[in-house]
Amino acid sequence: MKKGLEGPPPEDRPTPAGRRNKQGIRIDPEVEATHEPRRTVISALVEHEPGVLSDVSGLFSRRQFNIESLTVGPTEDDDRARMTIVVEEPDPGIDQVKKQLRKLVPVIAVRELEPDAMRRELALIKVDAADPAQIAAVAEMYGGKTVDSSPQTATVEVTGARQKIEAAIETFSQFGIREISRTGTTALARGTDPTGTASATAQPADEANHDEPYTADDD
Amino acid sequence: MSERAAKVTPTDEEQDDEQITDSAAPDAATEEPAAGTETTTDPVTSGAEAVVRALENAGVEYAFGVQGGAIMPVYDALYDSDIYHVTMAHEQGAAHAADAYGIVSGEPGVCLATSGPGATNLVTGIADADMDSDPMLALTGQVPTEFVGNDAFQETDTTGVTTPITKDNTFASGSDTVGNDVSEAFALAREGRPGPTLVDLPKDVTNGETDREPDAPTVPDTYEVQERADEEIVAAAAERIENSERPALLLGGGVIKGEASEACREFAIEHEIPVITTMPGIGAFPEDHELSLEMAGMHGTGYANMAITHCDTLIGIGTRFDDRLTGGIETFAPEAEVIHVDIDPAEISKNIHADYPLIGDAETVVEQLDEAVDDSPEATKWRAQCQQWKSDYSMAYDAPKDKPVQPEFVVEALDEATDDDTIVTTGVGQHQMWACQYWTYTEPRTWVSSHGLGAMGYGLPSAIGARLAADDDQDVVCIDGDGSFLMTMQGLSVAVREDLDITVAVLNNEYIGMVRQWQDAFFEGRHAASDYGWMPEFDKLAEAFGAQGYRIDDYDDVADTVADAIAYDGPSVIDVHIDPDANVYPMVPSGGDNGQFALTEDQL
Repeated sequence: MKKGLEGPPPEDRPTPAGRRNKQGIRIDPEVEATHEPRRTVISALVEHEPGVLSDVSGLFSRRQFNIESLTVGPTEDDDRARMTIVVEEPDPGIDQVKKQLRKLVPVIAVRELEPDAMRRELALIKVDAADPAQIAAVAEMYGGKTVDSSPQTATVEVTGARQKIEAAIETFSQFGIREISRTGTTALARGTDPTGTASATAQPADEANHDEPYTADDD
Repeated sequence: MSERAAKVTPTDEEQDDEQITDSAAPDAATEEPAAGTETTTDPVTSGAEAVVRALENAGVEYAFGVQGGAIMPVYDALYDSDIYHVTMAHEQGAAHAADAYGIVSGEPGVCLATSGPGATNLVTGIADADMDSDPMLALTGQVPTEFVGNDAFQETDTTGVTTPITKDNTFASGSDTVGNDVSEAFALAREGRPGPTLVDLPKDVTNGETDREPDAPTVPDTYEVQERADEEIVAAAAERIENSERPALLLGGGVIKGEASEACREFAIEHEIPVITTMPGIGAFPEDHELSLEMAGMHGTGYANMAITHCDTLIGIGTRFDDRLTGGIETFAPEAEVIHVDIDPAEISKNIHADYPLIGDAETVVEQLDEAVDDSPEATKWRAQCQQWKSDYSMAYDAPKDKPVQPEFVVEALDEATDDDTIVTTGVGQHQMWACQYWTYTEPRTWVSSHGLGAMGYGLPSAIGARLAADDDQDVVCIDGDGSFLMTMQGLSVAVREDLDITVAVLNNEYIGMVRQWQDAFFEGRHAASDYGWMPEFDKLAEAFGAQGYRIDDYDDVADTVADAIAYDGPSVIDVHIDPDANVYPMVPSGGDNGQFALTEDQL
């Protein structure tokens, strides 16, 4: 018999009535509330140097953050790049994403963009070219254009918010989609509001943020 | 190497003093760029010299490492430096030694390794430093830039491998900038929440010519640290403390790293708030004080776990609410409003929601709180309850004289034989838990262990690093397990060569004991790969290395043997044959309820 210690056994001990949920928040056990995931856009201004992209993408994978897209490109300042990351997480997760990003040394500023921020994505959609006139008409409907055509295929370029791209893809599917390539969302805040400066503080975006179906006046 | 060892012998008091005086000059140079501040220093001529100069400017006195092809230029530059290099037997040991040096001294410990296997051998130690937020700078050699990406001999993508386990790392891109890369990495390792940083040094960069003197260590502009917490939240938290009926302080490793132990002591004692520590927080509060409930968590004391479960206000300072502390989140301090003080905003509400998030330096924020709290909480009943738990769940153990030696008895004997400021290092496993539970810690920076990573083999190399960071009159004791000791015992060759006064007590049960304990509890006693069945005689092995060996089989041997080993001036190893069936209790199973800790196996 392996020895142990003396003392009242577990069943004789008082137990508190309270509980916490999985996110560590104290809750009333009767009305357990959980945070639902929401999709939001986070913009990070980073030093334009080797390794930053892998720092950021590695952070997302090892902390199991749910990421939908990540784009990166140069900015007005040659020494800086901007990353636009679309994540889908409950509020505490989004909070962690922002804080963990900010901890990376080459990251200068992190901001969650407001629902009204300009968000754009480019898609190349290659379809069967059975009906070129109809394809061109649909492309025009989405403000896109045909960028390549061959006897068998037509490739259309469409730019817009994610919902518009998805609506376009759905419409183009009638022609028979061969291949699609999408860039993922890039975004900027509206007006004089800077998207990312060292002092920018993250504003929580509301539920309405990005999940509404596409309507033509979204553009 | 023996010539160099003779140059500066750290155990020789006179020469040691001399070395400290020498380093005072580079210390002063941290105020401004080194150029011109030292008349005796030659200007740098190469990238490697710039690397070493950056270390000198930062006040580095010791470095731990292993030579190799790609790092040779740095070693060549180090040859002319006053920095004392300890040649380790294995790079893992170099990283652990540097880590422990950082824990004890508060300044980043420096380790060096060559490219490829040298760098990958550092990985365990770097990961350990990352998990425990220990300040450490790793410098790794790399194949020349033009070979990078070609799978050259001893090439590893070191920055790639270490990105997830460093606070920051850099691939040095030129001889002119490499000195500043090292300065910046040193500063980053130390500032804010400490952690390991790494600079990868391609051989052409270190061999390359430069006359660029590195700047003093400074963090980059993008790195910001908030020192003071929001005054409004401080005021609200203070009000909560004043009105609480069952308050508890939970001191984590950040208290020690933030030099806030004194401020926390004063705060706890002034307001009579019971104090719990995490494992890295051991030493932040004197465990012999009436208010101390010692460590909480998986193998924490029953009274700490009762207090943390029943408190109504939990003031967590410098803790990341690790799962070994919290057990199941649902049952962790379920009625407590949490005041969380941390310098890293990302720790706030990561695991446990903070009702009062206080971002800032531990000492500064505790002083802010102290100013804001006017009336101590009225918690007489609660304190009496905590004292009652202390007696209900006493850590007293049975030690029948006709049975094999109990490990707790050995830990207590070592504690009794040494002064309060003695530094304890450990490996990982049962012996580590007994070292937590049965040694009475009273001072910060005296507990050195692998907490978050749980790296077996940490004990001996960390004792080497701790020894060099400690004061000469401080004892260093490594409480190790047989399995842990076997992993890094080649470090004995270093301890002997460097004549380091450390005492290693191997609590030998010929098992990977913690695994054996879990197998008994959760795997029907099936001892898969946990039963060594045979172990070398560690006392004789020590003698073969040139250390002093001792062996304990009976209670009668304990006191005298421990006294002899402590008194021995140099490395000694005691092979303590303990009761192989001894288990660690209390125990909260993984994800369990802290308040339902088991005191015996049948309660699990």
